[in-house]
Amino acid sequence: MKPFFDRGPSLPLRLFIALLCSVGLITLDHYTDSSVQLRSYLTATVSPLFYLANMPQDMVFGASEQFMSQQKLIEENSRLKDTLLLQNGQLQRLQFLQQENDKLRALLGTSPVTEGQRLIAEVLAVYSHPFSHQIVLNKGSKDGVTNGQPIIDDLGVLGQVVSVGPSSSRALLIADNTHAMSVRVERTGLSAVAEGIGQSDALRLIHLPHSTDVEVGDRLLTSGLDGVFPEGYPVAQVIKVQRDARQPFLQVLAEPYAKLDRIRYALLVWPHRGTSQVDPQILEEMTPPEQGQD
Amino acid sequence: MQNSWRFLYIHLTLLLALLLNVMPLPAAVKLFRPDWPLLVLCYWVLALPHRTNIGTAFMLGFLVDVMVGTVLGVNAFGYSVICFVVAANHLKIRNFSVLQQSLLVGLLLALYHLVVFWLSHFLTGVYFRAAYLWPVLTGMIVWPYIFWFLRRTRRQFKIQ
Repeated sequence: MKPFFDRGPSLPLRLFIALLCSVGLITLDHYTDSSVQLRSYLTATVSPLFYLANMPQDMVFGASEQFMSQQKLIEENSRLKDTLLLQNGQLQRLQFLQQENDKLRALLGTSPVTEGQRLIAEVLAVYSHPFSHQIVLNKGSKDGVTNGQPIIDDLGVLGQVVSVGPSSSRALLIADNTHAMSVRVERTGLSAVAEGIGQSDALRLIHLPHSTDVEVGDRLLTSGLDGVFPEGYPVAQVIKVQRDARQPFLQVLAEPYAKLDRIRYALLVWPHRGTSQVDPQILEEMTPPEQGQD
Repeated sequence: MQNSWRFLYIHLTLLLALLLNVMPLPAAVKLFRPDWPLLVLCYWVLALPHRTNIGTAFMLGFLVDVMVGTVLGVNAFGYSVICFVVAANHLKIRNFSVLQQSLLVGLLLALYHLVVFWLSHFLTGVYFRAAYLWPVLTGMIVWPYIFWFLRRTRRQFKIQ
């Protein structure tokens, strides 16, 4: 029988070294700022693995599209055309309202709200770990993605980008424990902070006094006060208000509009020009992908 | 067969386990995903403790951290601890029947999840939900299959 551990340090010493390294890493990642850069490099390094892990799913989806019957395709096509027509109609109205709004704002002497650019990104991985609600997107710094950039989908706000590699980036979802954002109750205009609690179907509104006017069914929109999310995007709907006098604050839970556990595509939003942290040069260099429809 | 290729097989299985760990799954079954890398690692430490050891466990845990998005080092910590327990007792564990091993693996998985939860709670203040412990059960269920498959291929390729 071969003698085990005949070379190198003994087992407890190895464990000690490994634990020391782990604690060092934790400290480096959690308590210093250098980790953002480090994370970006690491994300870039492992991104081929995500492409690999995604292959079976892509193949299944690809095959199902391949074998879809012509009848179904025609139906889907006509349905999509109808939607497009409807939405284009609404857009015309929106454009008119936008102009009117700009004029009114000009009359009031405030700066006009400009629409930022958008970019569609595919989700490479949705994090399975219950302690971290994050997704990896297939767009990176090559596409002009920057740290802190908000991402949304067709239903509501998803989260924000936290680390960027050259061709992939990682975004923190609003449901993550470490995420909090500023929201406004649509009905009353009240500002609050919505914090993730690690469940994909619930956010918590924190530090609201008992006298606050919040009801079940209230819509929560981004307030724009946090300087990350542009104003006016839907975030969540209040599903539970508990007035318990023993608690220091009101207990309010809200359900995000976006289906955070089944994201396939996400929309990267560049915040309004002027107030954004995005380098304006990048914005100019980028060719707007959806200019034809705007 | 070349010796280097034999090493490669160990790393290949670990890589495959990593891929399984991040493969997209429907939300309904996502909570039940077993900790593939940890299970495969446990097998290799049990079978060849002079090849795969705490160093491998640390690197694998670090990769899991990078891919899963937990605070860097949390999984490396958990993997190292579990690897230590298995490596220190590998002669005993080898003599257990697969069922007994399965129970023991469940215990180890529970310990791993506890360690990761404690660290995450301390660092980012996550809340505990009993649903986080499903992988312990599914891990226990898949262990005999992993054990059988890896032992068969290990004997086939004569990796020692």
